[in-house]
Amino acid sequence: MNEIIESVKNLSIGFNSQKGKQISILRNVSTDIKKGETVGIVGESGSGKSTLALAMMGYIKQGLFPLNGECLFKSEDLLKMSSRQLEKIRGRKIAMIPQNAGQALTPNLKIGYQIDEALRLHTDLNKLERDKKISELLNKVRLPSPETMAFRYPHELSGGQQQRVAVAMALAGKPDLLLLDEPTTGLDVTTQAHVLELLRIIAKDTGTSMIYVSHDLGAIAQVSDRIVVMYAGEIVLEGPARKILKEPIHPYTYGLLKSIPKLSLAGLPASMPGSQPQPGSIKEGCSFYDRCNLATDHCEKNSPDLKYIKELDTSVRCFNHKELINQNNNLQTSITKKSSNSEVIEVLKLKDVSISYAKQKFFDQLLNKISDQNPTVKDININIKKGETIALVGESGSGKSTILKSIAGLLKTKDGQIKFENNRILSSDLKMRNPNDLRAIQLIFQNPDESLNPNHTVEQILSQPLKLYFNLSGEELKKNIIDLLKKVRLGEFYMSRYPRQLSGGEKQRVAVARAFAAKPDIILCDEVTSALDVSVQAAVLNLLQQLKEDLGTTYVFVSHDLAVVRAISDRVAVLYQGRLCEIGPSQNVYKFPSHPYTEVLLGAVLEPDPDIKPKLVAEDIVEEKPPEKGCSFQGRCPRKIGDICNSEVPPWQIGENGNAIRCHINIDELASLQQ
Amino acid sequence: MENNLITENKQKNKIEKAFEILKTMASKPSGLIGLTVVLFHVVLALISPYIAPYDYKAISPNTMLLAPSAEHWFGTDSLGRDVFTRTILGGRTALTVTFFGSLIALLWGGLLGIFCGLVGGKIDDVVMRVVDAFLSIPWILAMLLIVSLLGTSTEVLIPALGFFYGKGIVRVARAATHDVIAKDFIVSARARGHSNMSIIWNEIIPNVRDAILVEGAMRWSWMLLGFSSLSFLGFGVSPPTPDWGLMISNARGLMSFAYWSVIAPIVGLSSLIIGINLTADAFAKALGIDRSTKAPV
Amino acid sequence: MLLLILKRIGLGLITLFIVSLITFVGVEVLPGDACTTYLEREAYGAALDACIKRLGLDVPAYERYLDWALNVVRGDFGYSLSGEMPINEVLGPRVKNSLVLASVSILIGIPLAIVLGIITALWRDKLPDIMISTVTIFSMTIPEFISATLLILIVAIWLGWLPGIVILPSDATFFELLSNIILPVVAISMIMTAHMARMVRSSVIQVMSSDYVQMAILKGVPYWKMVFRHVLPNALLPAINVVALTIAWLLGGVVVTEVVFNYPGLGRLVIESISNRDLPVVQALAIILASIYVGINLIADLMTLMLNPRLKSLQIRK
Repeated sequence: MNEIIESVKNLSIGFNSQKGKQISILRNVSTDIKKGETVGIVGESGSGKSTLALAMMGYIKQGLFPLNGECLFKSEDLLKMSSRQLEKIRGRKIAMIPQNAGQALTPNLKIGYQIDEALRLHTDLNKLERDKKISELLNKVRLPSPETMAFRYPHELSGGQQQRVAVAMALAGKPDLLLLDEPTTGLDVTTQAHVLELLRIIAKDTGTSMIYVSHDLGAIAQVSDRIVVMYAGEIVLEGPARKILKEPIHPYTYGLLKSIPKLSLAGLPASMPGSQPQPGSIKEGCSFYDRCNLATDHCEKNSPDLKYIKELDTSVRCFNHKELINQNNNLQTSITKKSSNSEVIEVLKLKDVSISYAKQKFFDQLLNKISDQNPTVKDININIKKGETIALVGESGSGKSTILKSIAGLLKTKDGQIKFENNRILSSDLKMRNPNDLRAIQLIFQNPDESLNPNHTVEQILSQPLKLYFNLSGEELKKNIIDLLKKVRLGEFYMSRYPRQLSGGEKQRVAVARAFAAKPDIILCDEVTSALDVSVQAAVLNLLQQLKEDLGTTYVFVSHDLAVVRAISDRVAVLYQGRLCEIGPSQNVYKFPSHPYTEVLLGAVLEPDPDIKPKLVAEDIVEEKPPEKGCSFQGRCPRKIGDICNSEVPPWQIGENGNAIRCHINIDELASLQQ
Repeated sequence: MENNLITENKQKNKIEKAFEILKTMASKPSGLIGLTVVLFHVVLALISPYIAPYDYKAISPNTMLLAPSAEHWFGTDSLGRDVFTRTILGGRTALTVTFFGSLIALLWGGLLGIFCGLVGGKIDDVVMRVVDAFLSIPWILAMLLIVSLLGTSTEVLIPALGFFYGKGIVRVARAATHDVIAKDFIVSARARGHSNMSIIWNEIIPNVRDAILVEGAMRWSWMLLGFSSLSFLGFGVSPPTPDWGLMISNARGLMSFAYWSVIAPIVGLSSLIIGINLTADAFAKALGIDRSTKAPV
Repeated sequence: MLLLILKRIGLGLITLFIVSLITFVGVEVLPGDACTTYLEREAYGAALDACIKRLGLDVPAYERYLDWALNVVRGDFGYSLSGEMPINEVLGPRVKNSLVLASVSILIGIPLAIVLGIITALWRDKLPDIMISTVTIFSMTIPEFISATLLILIVAIWLGWLPGIVILPSDATFFELLSNIILPVVAISMIMTAHMARMVRSSVIQVMSSDYVQMAILKGVPYWKMVFRHVLPNALLPAINVVALTIAWLLGGVVVTEVVFNYPGLGRLVIESISNRDLPVVQALAIILASIYVGINLIADLMTLMLNPRLKSLQIRK
């Protein structure tokens, strides 16, 4: 058990900057992987975790080169091997499961061929045996109908299936070590939990060592025996999973864990100031100095070494780690939100809203016939109260963003009404809305790289709404811009910057400032934190909450992340295939009884705690279209009771907690089933 | 009422940006060579009338087909005219015609392309079909026909070249606009309720400008090639105006014994075309636009 | 699948229809009609009347267009003015000669371009790439008439290896042609190969940096196997369309090259008919050249359709 399979020693990897300076993105990394063990490497984007993982297969990306150190696989240095030697190791001894299998499978080759290729390269099986083996592998990763699956092209599979194919391909060579680079990122929550479960079973069955690289502590917590935490190209903390997750003794890990929103915890997570330094801008001293609340003057000038602490079996890179020992219970705290004011003014009402993407055929239009009986979004009734944060939750295809778009007037509704302030019907066509209504509803997008014009300075970006709605100019315009920047905690000097000169979190702050520039009543937030790193996400959530408390804005918050939603929202609406499943105050939606779909979603959430395992209650089938009649969740429901689910739309039932559930099962029965 | 400080800032930004682009372009040897060659030709075209040692149209039977010498650096042609004089003057018409031609191409091609990208739908389909049809007629046939019927004056050449080389820009501008209008910052501006004109002006044009400019720079070198081909075929500049294409065509028959009269204009024309090409390439790279996978249509 | 092919063919036909309109309207709008243009100063009295009568210029324009278009569809382009013979007879040998020149150039050019493109991409920024790329930049920017002139000067005049100018009757046999077309072929394929090689290069580079190529390397696939199975099919597919556009665009260059080498093909006919102001021939040439352009693009479209698994499965599902 204690045999070391791969050992990284003092590895540094870097590149030459345009100015000819040598910049390292991995600095003096050393770690050992033991036989049969799963090591989780965790870090935010830019921490060097993927570079480290690839180097462990002897692969250095183009433009990068090793500065010093070695990667010893069974005491041979992979970085010194010829490509011939590496071909014998890659896929046979060490295999990779990539982040985005959709892009990592060669598009012109059939699934069967790609697995067969690995078998031909790394086994001595003949054609017949290989064909049998392919079916076996596809079965093992639990893909439906392996016989036909082998003849399909990668693009014909869903994301989860593609990921399973990549797993099958990696297993073909019976490797000693499996490298997983963010294997579940980008998948839907339920699919993610299923793939993770599969990986865990494989690790147990085959005794393969695994290196699991991810930014997601939740996923890492589910699979790892040991965890390595990376920050700015260095290992800052390394030790047994349970120790790292429950008693982190490095301030970065501590802060990171605190900044993750958790299902078990109401209220907002604490945020860490600042963001990770970019390679090349790392100064002398501790790389975490700027963001650390334990930092002393000593840390500014001296960089700490990774020190092994025997009694904890943990290595840590911090001078002041002792202060964190035995502070662990603080991890389970959060910032309580001020509850929103109890006035029950309804500011926005969605009444029987249906939205269809299908184009009406010309003749149907003439005859005024409704051609689409099965629209993407159907029968949405939500009343949004002034000053509350209401969240729309669901997986991809749930119609949550579609609803947001039609509130913004970007997408016409097919049926139903959107009513704004005093039951005034708001046209679903943007051009028909009056300027004041346009001002009152603002949008913040998921990806600030896309939502900020790359050719405008921050000043130009923020002046757009100010000029449009308030006709500001000159000194007054400038004063307002500075005020807005101050509101989102950015300095005046950001005015002349272009988006590309800002970090992800800063960009999203500018996007928030632009929305608030209009002095809106309602802000529609479309997955606003999902493109951000965890520590930055917490800061943006806190900022949004703060602004809301100060200005009394109403948020409609769309997200796939149930923990984030739990942290920020007052009320939650759960959607499946464009239909509402459940709606209610957020503390109640997260309690049972729940709609079976909510139950599935809640079960699939990965918590950064090795003791809380996901509960997989439904298959992760991808449904492309909502069912024509009956309950929207009939195809995947683990609690389906019979034909009634297929034929009749379930009724709304209101539980004693005040959450409404749309299910054929009696709400009390649901409660007892879910105990 | 625009704030002085802001406008000043903007202008300073623009100048700084232009300077930065030039610097990036010159930082690679190919870009530096391209810029130097183009600059050299532009300066030469401006000052050549003042430094030309002989009269470009003075025919003299005494000096026919002289080999290069101290008096006639590049020798003389079949009519006894000084080849050096004619060579340094030979790029002026080509440069002027193609420069203004490219501007016209850029203008109509860019505007129509942006328009098509914006409106989409049926109008876009129809316009692109017509542009496609124009593309499928070889430019040389169309140009020759126009020139042979309307004459070879610059008033004909500039708009005709501008028209035929603009159709490729339509495609580029349309594709760039298509890419941009799907972006969230356009959606955001629409949701705020900005007018269409304001969205085009503030959000779209700044983001398609670079791609269109690069395409225009490329077109310039192709147009120069096309224009010289016309001259070479005898449908461009009319004699006795010195022009490289025409000079090559005239001297070609005699090149078995008077190769110098062919070599000089060849060097002149090739260096300018390569120079513009390298510059356009460096310009594209400095702006981060990859156009190497595009066909030259 | 069949529907899609038919749709593409239909679009090509629409394009040709618009081309025919453009050329017809173009000739109508430009000053002078076929007769006054052709006869120039003699355009008066009986000669003009006879000409007008012969070409049927006395009937309204739309009737003439319909008449002409219907004849073209039947494969009859009418009468040439200068040769006073059916245009089909003028065109026949010219089309054949140009086809020989073009197909030999393409047959040499495309494989060469692919090989060069792949070499430059795989040895990116190394010596082979730098050398080949420098040569391609020169050969794609220098006009055909210059490279052709230089070829004649160096190979034919200075070295005396090959004839510089093609002196052949327009109905020469294929083998007579072959010995004479080496230099024109070199001149044409130089610029074409350079353009295509650059496109193949960047397409291969793009694919080489894709996730699936990295995955293939990490799977232990040997280098050349990876290049042939994982890289090339995906890199060359999008290049097909671009190559087609390039070939079509270079038709203009063929005209110039044919003139330089005095080659009796369609290109020289273009110059001759325009010099002779023989508008019916010019119209015929426009249609023929446009058909070639549309045809090449159609072939490329269909090839992409057949080879792309994405499009294939799309159609099966429908």
